[in-house]
Amino acid sequence: MAGGAATGGSSTSDTYAEARTWLLLPAWVTLGILVLAPVAIMLVYSFLTKEFRGGVIWEFSLGAYDQFFCNRGLFGDEPCSIEWTYIQIFWRSIWQAGAATLLSLAIGFPTAYFIATRPPRQRTLWVFLVTIPYWVNLLIRTVSMKFLLRDEGPLNDFLTGTGLLSEPLAIVNTNFAVQLGLFYSYLPFMVLPIYAAVERYNFALSEAASDLYAPRWTVLRRILLPSVKPGIIAGCILVFVPSLGSFLAPDLLGGARNFMIGSLIEEQFKGNAGNWPFGAAASMILLTMVLIILLIFARQQAKAEG
Amino acid sequence: MKKLVTTAAALALTAGMASAEGKLVIYHWFEYIPQELLDKFSEEHDVEVVMDTYDSNEALLASLKAGAIGTYDVAVPGDYMVQIMAGEGLLDTIEEGELANKGNIQPEWADPAFDPGRAHSIPYQWGSTSFAVNRDDYDGPIDSTDILFNPPAALSGKINMLDSQGEVMAMAALHMGIPQCSTDREQLKALNAMLQEAKQHWASFNSDTAKEVLVSGDASVGQIYDGFAAKARQEGANIEYAFPKEGYVVWMDNVVLLKDAPNRENALKFMDFLLEPENIAAVTNYARYVAGVDGVGPFLDPELAKQPESNPPADAGKGVFIEVCDQQTQEVYDQIWTNLKK
Repeated sequence: MAGGAATGGSSTSDTYAEARTWLLLPAWVTLGILVLAPVAIMLVYSFLTKEFRGGVIWEFSLGAYDQFFCNRGLFGDEPCSIEWTYIQIFWRSIWQAGAATLLSLAIGFPTAYFIATRPPRQRTLWVFLVTIPYWVNLLIRTVSMKFLLRDEGPLNDFLTGTGLLSEPLAIVNTNFAVQLGLFYSYLPFMVLPIYAAVERYNFALSEAASDLYAPRWTVLRRILLPSVKPGIIAGCILVFVPSLGSFLAPDLLGGARNFMIGSLIEEQFKGNAGNWPFGAAASMILLTMVLIILLIFARQQAKAEG
Repeated sequence: MKKLVTTAAALALTAGMASAEGKLVIYHWFEYIPQELLDKFSEEHDVEVVMDTYDSNEALLASLKAGAIGTYDVAVPGDYMVQIMAGEGLLDTIEEGELANKGNIQPEWADPAFDPGRAHSIPYQWGSTSFAVNRDDYDGPIDSTDILFNPPAALSGKINMLDSQGEVMAMAALHMGIPQCSTDREQLKALNAMLQEAKQHWASFNSDTAKEVLVSGDASVGQIYDGFAAKARQEGANIEYAFPKEGYVVWMDNVVLLKDAPNRENALKFMDFLLEPENIAAVTNYARYVAGVDGVGPFLDPELAKQPESNPPADAGKGVFIEVCDQQTQEVYDQIWTNLKK
């Protein structure tokens, strides 16, 4: 390409301008086909009329959004009052994902710091060790987690065997089990970006602060944390967003007693309800929420850097 | 788990198939048909067999409606889903005389309400859905649906339900003695309230691991299919399958001829193949259910006849099929299900 442009005798900037369109084309096609088109279909479907037992009728309808926000009673003939059902489901998912993110941060930050402060040769080994469990399929890891936590599993055997507890601790089928599962599923997404940030951090800054009599806590809070903040934010987003839509951990570890956002949407397409517009509407509301969260983070980041 | 099994099965099937004259594309439940049987058909008729799998009747319907119709030749929906699919125009009609072995169908399955005259389908396997109780944990009577919906204190919090609206609602209707597609407002309100109350006693909703939770002891009671209960017992769980006096759910899976089947001839050959006693008996021996074809007896595993899951006691209630409700009624049931799981 460059050779062809050179024989054409055009200037360098023109070459790039011409080539850029073509070079960007694969990216645009990929984005268009894999991201924009499906979202556009979802958006359109969410405003269509539902067909009984799956499918859509090509008539404009706000029915899906009405169902999300309006409670019209068991028989659907009462006047609209606020529908808490789906807000409750969304809130539960946000709360679960948030708790899993905090848990990941609490364990992930010290881990990343530990790795980044090892001698360079050891670091590769530690990073490698962190990623090893992730060569195993997510489903198998989640099921294994259940085996560990079960009433008759090793954890409870240990607790009751050593006399720490007289009764096994019921963890499986609780929210805490779901948080543990999500935490375990996505921990490396927290560790790796923070590790990358801490590794770039100039530790001479910490030493300088200490020399100026800053207590260790102040060094951490005022020097280290602001420097590695982009890594922390990236880690939090990478854990929070997939946790929000996950249904494997809630189903297997939480017992699927309650809908999560992911399972609610799945039910609309694969379950008895067969309500495609509602599934699409719930997806759009979720997407909007995630976008808002990302925008807030992005703006904060821009402010911090600006 | 579902996806993993599905993909593995699909890969295993498509790999290693020699090029053949024709093709047959099956859409089937997972873990249901023995591979040897597919190989046998493939050899006998020189047909390349390809199989995709699904994990629920509703998933099958959703996939076909989302555009998969025209890809597959045959599928294996349950009784009520045959009726729904016929109503949606997803099934082709088997003309008179197109199936040589149609006469092998047992008389009681030759003209079922869900497919009059067997216009679109042949019987595959049938069985029941009820619940099983771990006898190490509970030794009281289990002949009532109270075990699921109003359990004794010893079983509260130790119950796994199927994560399937149809099965749960049908069982709940039997428990309350109301129609499955009730339009009576008081009955529906009472059903809603009863389920809310019963949920307090349930540990989990899970269909995939319905068998595993009983084997591992995580649950003492599990709503379950009879064949799965038999398998759980074989795997060492001391469980007893219940036939409650209020009744239990009966189902039949059927092989249907799909509309716009790309290999219609081979689909009919496959249906004839499955109507031969020896072949359908192989499915029964594998899945531990019951065939709907005459003359399977000599080919069956002798253990099957003796298994308690196949032998309801004299005082058992009636077995009923899941019913298909109209849209307005179904929407209320969908709402009750959402209330239950919100």
